[in-house]
Amino acid sequence: MHKFIRIDMTTLTSTVSEVPAKYVGLGGRALTSNFVNDEVNPTCHPLGKNNKIVFAPGLLSGTAAANSGRMSVGSKSPLTGTIKESNTGGSSSQMLAKMGIKAFVIEGMPSEDKFYVIKLDMNGVTIEEAPAEIIGGCGNYDAIRILGEKYGKHVGVAIIGPAGEYRLPSANISFKDPEGNIRSAGRGGLGAVLGSKKVKAIIIDETGAGKVEIANPEAFMAANKVFSKALLDHPVSGQGLGLYGTDVLVNILNEAGGLPSYNFTSGRIDHNDNISGETMNATITERGGEGKVSHGCHKGCVIRCSQWYTDKEGKYITSGFEYETIWGLGADAGIEDLDAIAYIDRAMDDVGVDSIETAVAVATAMDGGLIPWGDGKAVLEIVKDMAKPTPLARIIAGGAGAVGSLCGLYRTPVVKNQAIPAYDPRAIKGIGLTYATTTMGADHTAGYCISGNILKVGANIDPLKKEGQIEYARAMQIGTAAIDSTGMCLFIYFGVADNPAGYQALIDMINAQYGLSLTANDVDELGKSVLKVERDFNKRAGFTNAHDRLPEFMEYEPIMPHNVVWDFTPEEIDEVMNF
Amino acid sequence: MNITVKLFATLRNGRDKIMTIQMPEGSTVSDIVTHMALPREEVAIIMINSRGAELTTELHDTDILALFPPVGGG
Repeated sequence: MHKFIRIDMTTLTSTVSEVPAKYVGLGGRALTSNFVNDEVNPTCHPLGKNNKIVFAPGLLSGTAAANSGRMSVGSKSPLTGTIKESNTGGSSSQMLAKMGIKAFVIEGMPSEDKFYVIKLDMNGVTIEEAPAEIIGGCGNYDAIRILGEKYGKHVGVAIIGPAGEYRLPSANISFKDPEGNIRSAGRGGLGAVLGSKKVKAIIIDETGAGKVEIANPEAFMAANKVFSKALLDHPVSGQGLGLYGTDVLVNILNEAGGLPSYNFTSGRIDHNDNISGETMNATITERGGEGKVSHGCHKGCVIRCSQWYTDKEGKYITSGFEYETIWGLGADAGIEDLDAIAYIDRAMDDVGVDSIETAVAVATAMDGGLIPWGDGKAVLEIVKDMAKPTPLARIIAGGAGAVGSLCGLYRTPVVKNQAIPAYDPRAIKGIGLTYATTTMGADHTAGYCISGNILKVGANIDPLKKEGQIEYARAMQIGTAAIDSTGMCLFIYFGVADNPAGYQALIDMINAQYGLSLTANDVDELGKSVLKVERDFNKRAGFTNAHDRLPEFMEYEPIMPHNVVWDFTPEEIDEVMNF
Repeated sequence: MNITVKLFATLRNGRDKIMTIQMPEGSTVSDIVTHMALPREEVAIIMINSRGAELTTELHDTDILALFPPVGGG
């Protein structure tokens, strides 16, 4: 029997029941977004008792399917006020799936001002007071170690850092990875929601769990073989991402003139070679020690885009050192030293803030005169101060929108109050349509049009022209909503985008696991239904097409080197979600 | 004509990151790939003066050509 768990923080009680019929065929983002739309009042305050937060492994999580260990976290976002699905790696998704837990929901809020740890195991749910030493400033690295000593090294952990305890708008939820390091459900401030419910951490102990039930194991294994081969055969998912990580994009976006720099005033930097993926690879290799050029964020990952980045003595600093973080601090904020960026990345993971929102907030603050341009030392201190937090740390952790507002800036790069990530929409028009229209606030992962605009994977569209972009941004968002529901890492897209047999194998695995006969068209319909549910929530929360717009400065401030502005009309933008 | 060539990722293995080469008028990207003995199957993303281009695109004097193997991220 699959279980659906509700944890009521008002009464500190829980119920374990069968999965409601509506959610039986859903997983990941499809489940979390349907649940939030069904049960959360769209006009509720995100940090009040009426908001709920739901965690769901994907449809294929916990199986032997390659790269199926992602988890969705859904809620109403305190940063954007919209529905939110934040997606993460780590070990928890696979553990929950093996335990037969389809989803767990945390609702209500306690009256007493103390933090709790929720433990999920095969016997059910235990709610305990959080150990005092992990509250009030303790970083996530130490807290995960302390929880490991108490509950066992083998357990999965989801945790908020000090930023979540203080309900700061960029607070994330951190997830323990196989080595005890940190992955994040980063975007949208869901750590603040967990903090408002006084939940410091969730422990997942899979002891006694069986295997995920597969209706047709032979067909599943055969399909997984084709699927894994598709990932390994493609040069991006099979080689490139493992060698250079996502940071390989620095040089490509810089060359394309789409690397937003110095708070979106230029599309190019001169110090790109200091912070590029090529340099990261060479640095890790030269330093030796604990460094790893390639590393997987969950068991069964064959792409391995993560890494262990080390200091000059070869000691671990950080992992999952992503392009968007390095872009934000390195190009947008002008910090020219990769080591300085690595220490800030670690500090952001440790206090528990989204590395995109924080990096863009930092660059916005530099434009507003709050921090000197390129000052990595100052930024590191501010991020560490988020554990206290000092007034300046609170301002930066308020996100790019808050910083822009407080500094009186016209040039504030947000959509629906969420920071615009690492690809300039004036020079790469497809991604601009995703930023404008996604239900999530500016989010590149909601429909990664960089793929067909720059990388020549899945499509080959001129990034500086409008032709073909509306249809492409629509198709990418629909496909992504479906992939986010499977528990698959989004990077499988590179392996299957131009390989119909690989994509069919993904569908075949779902069919073999659940005894279904879905077609590619059904998967497409699933993606559409997820987007419609999310848009329904946002509409009832007060969002209209008028919110599906990029910040006005992009229409008036040309970006170099192409000297282009954002020029899609409102009518054209609205066509993206017209299906 | 003079062409500045920039190489990235695995295309840098055993080669310089950036160089200027002389090519006859009317040369294409493909001609440069041959001239430099680059592994053709590894040349996936091509930009000339920051605009997307193809192997068949003709170059002009002082153009900047950037060549990438298949890479992705996000």
